[in-house]
Amino acid sequence: MEQMLLALFTVVVGVLGCIAYFVGSNFILDVIYPATGNKATQNIQRSTAIRPWLFMGPAIILLVVYLVYPVINSVWLSFHGPSGKEFVGIDNYVWLFGDAKFLESFFNNMMWLIVVPAASTFFGLIAATLTDRIRWGNIAKSLIFMPMAISFIGASIIWKFVYDYRGDSDDQIGILNALMVHFGAEPQAWIAMPFWNSFFLMVILIWIQTGFAMVILSAALRGIPEETIEAAILDGANPFQVFMKIKMPQMWGTVAVVWTTITILVLKVFDIVMAMTNGQWGSQVLANYMFDWMFRGHDFGRSATIALVIMVLVLPVMVWNVRNLKNEN
Amino acid sequence: MDSIVGKNSALTWAVNISVVVLVLLWTIPTFGLLVSSVRDKDQLVSSGWWTSFSSVERNLIKRSAPASEQSQTDDIYLLKGNVFGEEVGVITAFGWNSKAPTAFTPGDTVQMRKGKELQINADGSYLLTSPIPFTSKKGSRLFVTSVEAPIFTLDNYSEVLFAEGIGKSFLNTMTVTIPATIIPILIAAFAAYALAWMEFPGRAIMLAMVVGLLVVPLQMSLIPLLRLYTDVGIGKGYLGIWLAHTGFGLPLAIYLLRNYIAGLPREVIESARVDGANDFVIFVKIILPLSFPALASFAIFQFLWVWNDLLIATVFLGNNEEELVMTGRLREMLGSRGGNWEILTASAFVSIFVPLMVFFSLQKYLVRGLLSGSVKGG
Repeated sequence: MEQMLLALFTVVVGVLGCIAYFVGSNFILDVIYPATGNKATQNIQRSTAIRPWLFMGPAIILLVVYLVYPVINSVWLSFHGPSGKEFVGIDNYVWLFGDAKFLESFFNNMMWLIVVPAASTFFGLIAATLTDRIRWGNIAKSLIFMPMAISFIGASIIWKFVYDYRGDSDDQIGILNALMVHFGAEPQAWIAMPFWNSFFLMVILIWIQTGFAMVILSAALRGIPEETIEAAILDGANPFQVFMKIKMPQMWGTVAVVWTTITILVLKVFDIVMAMTNGQWGSQVLANYMFDWMFRGHDFGRSATIALVIMVLVLPVMVWNVRNLKNEN
Repeated sequence: MDSIVGKNSALTWAVNISVVVLVLLWTIPTFGLLVSSVRDKDQLVSSGWWTSFSSVERNLIKRSAPASEQSQTDDIYLLKGNVFGEEVGVITAFGWNSKAPTAFTPGDTVQMRKGKELQINADGSYLLTSPIPFTSKKGSRLFVTSVEAPIFTLDNYSEVLFAEGIGKSFLNTMTVTIPATIIPILIAAFAAYALAWMEFPGRAIMLAMVVGLLVVPLQMSLIPLLRLYTDVGIGKGYLGIWLAHTGFGLPLAIYLLRNYIAGLPREVIESARVDGANDFVIFVKIILPLSFPALASFAIFQFLWVWNDLLIATVFLGNNEEELVMTGRLREMLGSRGGNWEILTASAFVSIFVPLMVFFSLQKYLVRGLLSGSVKGG
């Protein structure tokens, strides 16, 4: 209870602090440059020039400290040893590209990058198309969207239960193995199968992200002008042709947005792998490997180097987003 | 659209069935977790949750009463009792050694070693007889197969909440989440307004920076910030994690709010300016009230994200018993109690319950937020 009070106290202090800052700084600005008197015009100009920076101030400071500085500092750290103090040149990079576990993580991450966005977008598109055509579509949507609210770790427990494996003689309590037994196949220890286990972990993320893809794509589908569809139907197109030839071409932009958003998420995926296998049985990924070197290896240099690899992989999306923004304006 | 599909009833059926299949695929895993979490823990590990509504047949190993409770009639020593103890059950088979645990049917009297005889009835009562005194202090092993009615119980929940520390973790998660959700909103709203409606040099660059930072992986920030915290003296604790979540949440917050605020009608703001209101007044009196839907969208995002976060909590908050948040606790349990499904399922459900409630009650805002963030110009 005590800490809940602390939390509430923080909310109050934090919010009051923010309010005090914004009200106070704007008040001081108005006192220094009052919009009245003989210098009114000049004062208004000055206060208009300063005020944006008062508005942006806290945000800029936080963004710089929490996101900009770390990027620069990581680059610096990647040239330093375990404690982050002694300069080691490019040793970390040399180590990285000779490290079998890193190559495994990189390879796995590439597979994740191909499979998860593709599958999520694919299922999302199917779900969006189908649910838009039925009466209880909104309920269906809501249920498919639901995993989005579940934490990766919670989802991992849910799926660990699905993949649960017991010896041949016991009853299987994992539904997947129970189905295998039901259809006369051997039960498998799914998450301990090298190579294939990655795919079973990917299923979890696909399960979570399909809802996201569905919601966005469904909005895009509804945004397609009715006339184009009607015209195609009058010309005798069947539903499949309408979908492929009329709807899809108008949705590529949205598909790209969904795809890149999921791509970014996939690069950062860490909880699922940590909870399901912790990188054993050849299922390591970059984000979890980085975490490993940070907490178990206690090597800030190597860890920062792995983080930089993730950053480099994200860069194209970042550039693409910023360029899109420019085009918009 | 309905009219087009309506012409073809076979197609409508196919669509309906496909959606049912999809929905089942997507909900069954969670449903399994939920059902399992309220099952009796012995039933949970011995049969699949999909069988939980029918009776369960189980092989049990019970023990007879110890030798100290034997009685003697003539030259025969007797041990009596019921394998179910105080409970009620039905025996369908029994045996006296592990090689043939289901060899006999209830009611039979069977020969054991050294002239001993065993009888177990369907109601679980047993009678052991022996020409020589019983000596086992623990009692003999009795193998029975019983049919049990399904048992549903909330015991698993009371155990995880009070004995396994999930209750404490729940409070910790709340402590992290509430300030980390509310504080960024205010900071972001001011910045978003500045980016949307105020003229200043470098505005385009600032906006580009926000969009660029949207995708910076958190992994980049962990080590530098951990070092920074140590140098500054914040260390591991709530202050550090609140600030971290605020910082990491800002790009999305600013971006979402800026998109929304930039879409507000220009006339409203211009006319207020003409009336002599400065930007601070305009923001507080006009923009904030109008932006409520966008603020709500972001609040939900941030809430779900902070509540479900494991990475930042693990790094910036201690990992000892007192400070573990729920996601951290679940991870610990996966390691230490990996086989205790009754604990895992109940704990997982406790942790996903709040986000699910938020999700189902405020879905409208969540969807709106997603759309304004992702669908640029349709």
